[in-house]
Amino acid sequence: MIQIALVFAYVCIGLSLILAMWRLWKGPNVIDRVLALDTLVVNGIGMIVVFGISTGVETYFESALIIAMLGFVSTVAYARFVLRGNIIE
Amino acid sequence: MIWDILIAVALVIGAVFTLVGSYGLVKIDRPMSRLHAPTKASTLGVGSLLLASILDAYSSGDGSLHEILVMAFLFVTAPISAHFMAKAHIHRGTVAAAPPTLESGETWACLDKDREEQPADTSA
Amino acid sequence: MIQRLVPHPFLTALLTAVWMLLENTLSWGVFVFALILGLVIPFLTRMWWPNRPKLSRPFKVPEYLVILIWDIIVANVSVAITVVFKRNADMKPAWIAIPLDIRSPEAITCLASTITLTPGTVSADVSSEGAYLLVHCLDTDDADAVRDEIKSRYERRLKEIFE
Repeated sequence: MIQIALVFAYVCIGLSLILAMWRLWKGPNVIDRVLALDTLVVNGIGMIVVFGISTGVETYFESALIIAMLGFVSTVAYARFVLRGNIIE
Repeated sequence: MIWDILIAVALVIGAVFTLVGSYGLVKIDRPMSRLHAPTKASTLGVGSLLLASILDAYSSGDGSLHEILVMAFLFVTAPISAHFMAKAHIHRGTVAAAPPTLESGETWACLDKDREEQPADTSA
Repeated sequence: MIQRLVPHPFLTALLTAVWMLLENTLSWGVFVFALILGLVIPFLTRMWWPNRPKLSRPFKVPEYLVILIWDIIVANVSVAITVVFKRNADMKPAWIAIPLDIRSPEAITCLASTITLTPGTVSADVSSEGAYLLVHCLDTDDADAVRDEIKSRYERRLKEIFE
């Protein structure tokens, strides 16, 4: 049963990665693209977690943690760049 | 068996919420409303996937709790990035309707020209 | 003396918990090393944390967290239903200005994060004097009801916790 749920989760997350990618490509303005990148990062963390469950290897969670941190910092940096024109004052 | 059912349910709920978040990102046509779906649904979706991972570790014998770190980090940072993107939307004027003006003569922080000169922004 | 050696007890507890979660093992050795880190780091960085946030009623925090987690789950289901089944033209987004009773920056930050994580609302900005909070609503008929609910459900509890 876990195998079926894992395949379902892979399909759903892959589909949502494609949808976020579409918004990244189409996005009418720059903030939509930042939001799409943020969603891509969050979905990527989900994908890594599901992969970690299916392989049973613990090391993937460290990478999920690091990607979560980098994703947050990059989103804030992009938004701040749009707001102020520079990142570190 | 009961563990299998719990893990499968958590996985399915997480996957569905993640998909709903990205679907909302594509479907909603107003820029400011678009912020709502990914910041909430995707965060809860990944939270549910991490819960499935904790349950999986416990069912296989070696307990593992460090998924809580990722979960807590996501739940703390999601509002902050949403807040930053909302500020950027207002700043660039890419909102469907302008935010309301206040009676007392105050302005919103990101529209205030004097405040933009100050380096520190405590509101974030 | 204790105040000078342990300038931030909450930060110490947080660092200890985070280190133990990173190590991912429950043993006394890990706990002792986590406690050493939790005591040394706030002490060495104390000059960058000049004032400690006041929590006048910390025992109210668990109640608030339970309400918050429950509301996050309910919020996500309702937002998911709105996003999937409602046509774009039928949604009624609205801006709401919430007058604030709480003044401390920590309390306002907590309130803004709570609003973003709960039903159909995203906090967007504070006013220049910190007296109003700007909230964007995804789909609402009655903006005043949303404002009253936020004030009575979250702000009152945060005011009890922080002031």
